[in-house]
Amino acid sequence: MITSAFGVLFDGFAYGMLLFLLSVGLSVTLGMMNFVNLAHCTFGMIGGYVTVTLINSFGWPFLATLPVAFLAAAAFSIVCERTMFRRLYRSTDLDQCLLTIGLVFVSIACTAYVYGTIQQPVQLPDYLRGSVQMAGITFGVYRIFLIVFALIVTGALVATLEYTRFGAQVRAAVDNQRMARGLGINVDSAFAITFALGSGLAGLGGALAIDIVGLDPSFALAYLVYVLIVVAVGGLGSIGGSFVAAMLLGISDMAGKYYFPAIGSFLIYLVMISLLMWRPAGLFGKRV
Amino acid sequence: MPRIMTGLACLAATLLAATSAHAQGTVKVGAILSYSGQFADTGIQLDNGIKLYMKQHGDTVAGKKIEIVRKDNAGIAPDVAKRLAQESIVRDKVDILAGFDLTPNAMAAADVSVQAKKFMVNMNAATSIVITKSPYMVRTSFTVAMVNEALGTWAYKTGSRRAYTLVSDFAPGHDGEQAFQRAFKEAGGEIVGSARYPTSNIDFTAFIQRAKDANPDVIYIWTPGGTQPAAIGKSIAERGIDKSKIRIVGQGELAFEEALKGMGDAGLGIITAFHYDYNHQSPTNKAFVEAYNAEFKRNPDMFSVGGYDGMHVIYEALKKTNGNTDAEALVNAAKGLKWESPRGPMSIDPETRDVVETVYIRKVEKVNGQLVNVEIDKIENQKDPSNARMKK
Amino acid sequence: MTAPSPAIAGPHQYLETQIRWRVIEILFWLSTLLPFVLAPDYLVLASQVAITALFALSLDLILGYAGIISLGHAAFFGFGAYAAGLTAKWGWGEPITGLAIAGVAAGLLGYLMSFIIARFRHLALIMITLGFGLLLLEAANSAGWLTGGADGLQGVRMWPLFGMFKFDLYGVTAYWYALIVLFVLFLVARRLTNSPFGLSLRGIRENAVRMRAIGAESRPHLRKIYTLSAVMAGIAGAVLTQTTETVSLGVLDFQRSADILVILILGGAGRLYGGIVGAIIYLIARDQFSGINPQYWYFPIGVLLIVVVLFLPNGILGGFAQLIYSERGQRWFGWLTGPLRRGRKS
Repeated sequence: MITSAFGVLFDGFAYGMLLFLLSVGLSVTLGMMNFVNLAHCTFGMIGGYVTVTLINSFGWPFLATLPVAFLAAAAFSIVCERTMFRRLYRSTDLDQCLLTIGLVFVSIACTAYVYGTIQQPVQLPDYLRGSVQMAGITFGVYRIFLIVFALIVTGALVATLEYTRFGAQVRAAVDNQRMARGLGINVDSAFAITFALGSGLAGLGGALAIDIVGLDPSFALAYLVYVLIVVAVGGLGSIGGSFVAAMLLGISDMAGKYYFPAIGSFLIYLVMISLLMWRPAGLFGKRV
Repeated sequence: MPRIMTGLACLAATLLAATSAHAQGTVKVGAILSYSGQFADTGIQLDNGIKLYMKQHGDTVAGKKIEIVRKDNAGIAPDVAKRLAQESIVRDKVDILAGFDLTPNAMAAADVSVQAKKFMVNMNAATSIVITKSPYMVRTSFTVAMVNEALGTWAYKTGSRRAYTLVSDFAPGHDGEQAFQRAFKEAGGEIVGSARYPTSNIDFTAFIQRAKDANPDVIYIWTPGGTQPAAIGKSIAERGIDKSKIRIVGQGELAFEEALKGMGDAGLGIITAFHYDYNHQSPTNKAFVEAYNAEFKRNPDMFSVGGYDGMHVIYEALKKTNGNTDAEALVNAAKGLKWESPRGPMSIDPETRDVVETVYIRKVEKVNGQLVNVEIDKIENQKDPSNARMKK
Repeated sequence: MTAPSPAIAGPHQYLETQIRWRVIEILFWLSTLLPFVLAPDYLVLASQVAITALFALSLDLILGYAGIISLGHAAFFGFGAYAAGLTAKWGWGEPITGLAIAGVAAGLLGYLMSFIIARFRHLALIMITLGFGLLLLEAANSAGWLTGGADGLQGVRMWPLFGMFKFDLYGVTAYWYALIVLFVLFLVARRLTNSPFGLSLRGIRENAVRMRAIGAESRPHLRKIYTLSAVMAGIAGAVLTQTTETVSLGVLDFQRSADILVILILGGAGRLYGGIVGAIIYLIARDQFSGINPQYWYFPIGVLLIVVVLFLPNGILGGFAQLIYSERGQRWFGWLTGPLRRGRKS
């Protein structure tokens, strides 16, 4: 039983990594500018559809589509930011919610129009399929890939944040925006870059998610709830927080379903509510 | 009070208008389906079936023009279904209610069919009990109980003795679980474990692992379709289940076209029981599939054939009643109808108004480089067993 | 409606001017009777609008007046809906007492929740309300033996209203019923928000810390309004169950909470009428767009939302108010918006 539990936990970990990729961008942008971007998962969805189109219509290999998914989502987010989001930085939370939800609706309708409502299948290259046996436990190859890839991305993110000047600027802006401006840091441009990066990561997450959770136009809304949970529980502006929260979510979801299938779906919400009541600012958040 | 009388008078007038069958006139059919949301694809396929039938047979029957009024149910929403059925009758003056891709919606609309006395053609909703909700309803799809009991009996006959069942946690899933378990046990088999997964579940690792741990020789899986079959197939491969030792069986949705595309080779060897597959080798079906592909650029599925045959019932019943849309007349005309559908021979049982057809056992195999469901066995003239049992 | 009034001597005079009925309000309520005459085929839709308007009104109380953002308000709507449904299923089909039972049930739940809600703010609050709503949905799904699960509750049969008016296919009784319930509860809300209690709520919304400093404890106030809002939402859900004689999990889902939030903001929060106006526009638009092309109705709604946020930040009523209360607007429409005089000068 222990060995099969490991197998389940491993999958939970992979799922958590996926959620992390999808959520980290939102956490940082929320922490920096307090801009509630509910269309975050739309960027994820765009990344997914870009990958699907490149593979199915142009025959690109899967791995080659990933950078394109990243760039496409980032580019799209920059366009949105310049034209619409910019005007609402000083607005209330609700207005931001409303605008971005409107964007989500439009994106769902457009993708339904262009791609139809069916699930988009994606053919993974052979070396990413199947499973390997290690110590009597079966590990899915794709999930191993996902975990490794996400860890590399995390490492890159943390390195950027800790060791580059840009990272220092971002950290300063998250901690205290006014002060950062006062010190001459160009918060607006730092934010624009961070926003694009975060959305690009969401796009990457969306592309990687197709094999695990499927892709259809409702992706933009369906995963929003999970992403919000990760962001809230992890704490705004904290990469480490998002990481831990995503892990927690992924593993408790899996473990819940394995050990208590009857209440499996409850568990996430109970965990989230309890955690938030204990620490309203999130596990690693600095402010509410 | 006077408003109620006016309302009732209007209703009576509408009914009278509808039943006065003379040369001029339209018969309106309200199609209540999910055109958007999670189940949008089933709605669209069913609608395509309706469109194809009307294209092939023209839109005039018994001197009346057939007009389809479409309403979007957008998924599992019985209160919306009820409202749409009401609106179709009151606002759009439809004479026949049709469609219903989901059981909860069909059950809610059945209430309206009874209240307003309208003929209702259930083209998909597959839970046994649905047909009992209105005396004016006929079904042209299948019932979960029928298909899965046949599967349970077949599984035992072909060698399985220890079964683990895994179903989606809502009514049709429970139906499937009960049907399979009952038939399997009656034949002499043993159920070594069971579980129900949340309807919106995405990742099946935990559940498949539990199933494997129970050491069965056949795992029965019920899923309504969507993203789940592909995810299940992948989990099965990832958890290292050897299909020659543990057979994977289930209802047709597990091996649908999209599911197989998503699963890839992980789907080989999955055995399903169902009433229709586009790969069915009959001249009627070949013609149907060709026409469908020409029109819609994709293969038909059970929803398409449910819609297609549903329209057939409407057309034939109207021919028999000579255009009279009175619910009693239409339902009586529909009872006992027999015809060769793309799925095979089928008929409407005169006692239960439910469908009678052949259940095929199919296995996923690679034919010409593609994964298809190949028929390996068939069980003919299957009726819904639970309603039959209730009558006894 | 909150109008900028001329130099006022103090809060009591302000309240006195606000509480007076205006011509435009009277015209509005009279026009709600029009569907009976102009659109008798659409009464089912009209009663849906009235129910949604009541639900939006309940959200306005906590969002527009007290500043509590809730993404899970459907929890109370659904709880009331199921309470009414179960009451009828278990044999008691009288509508009005059924409403009362549902209101009390939802109110109890709201009261319990209010202790948690009053303690948190911002994102934590939003997520807790969201989580709570989702939790209740999952619970209802699991308790299929009680709620009927995804199939919905079967066997809800209502007795005729006052023993005479059946809930019929045409929706005549349904619309009367929903409309009257909406009006009565609207009066309650109107009285409440134009009272010192209502003013203190607005104070809390603007600056909770300062309110404590001037001696107004915010938490008990928040709890009271949250409970009342829950009662209203529960009653709205109950009316839905009773007029359609069916209830299913859709009354509890996230889509419903999200929709009502959108509706309220569309119409304009903090204006009492905003929710009603928003409900009318949203539901009628959805009905029309759905009819044209069922698959793609999200598109025009999404565009509408974006346009409203970018160009009409206070919702439709806010934009409307700006027009009417401008110099020119007052010249033409002052008679509509002036409080009705009763022989007393304000």
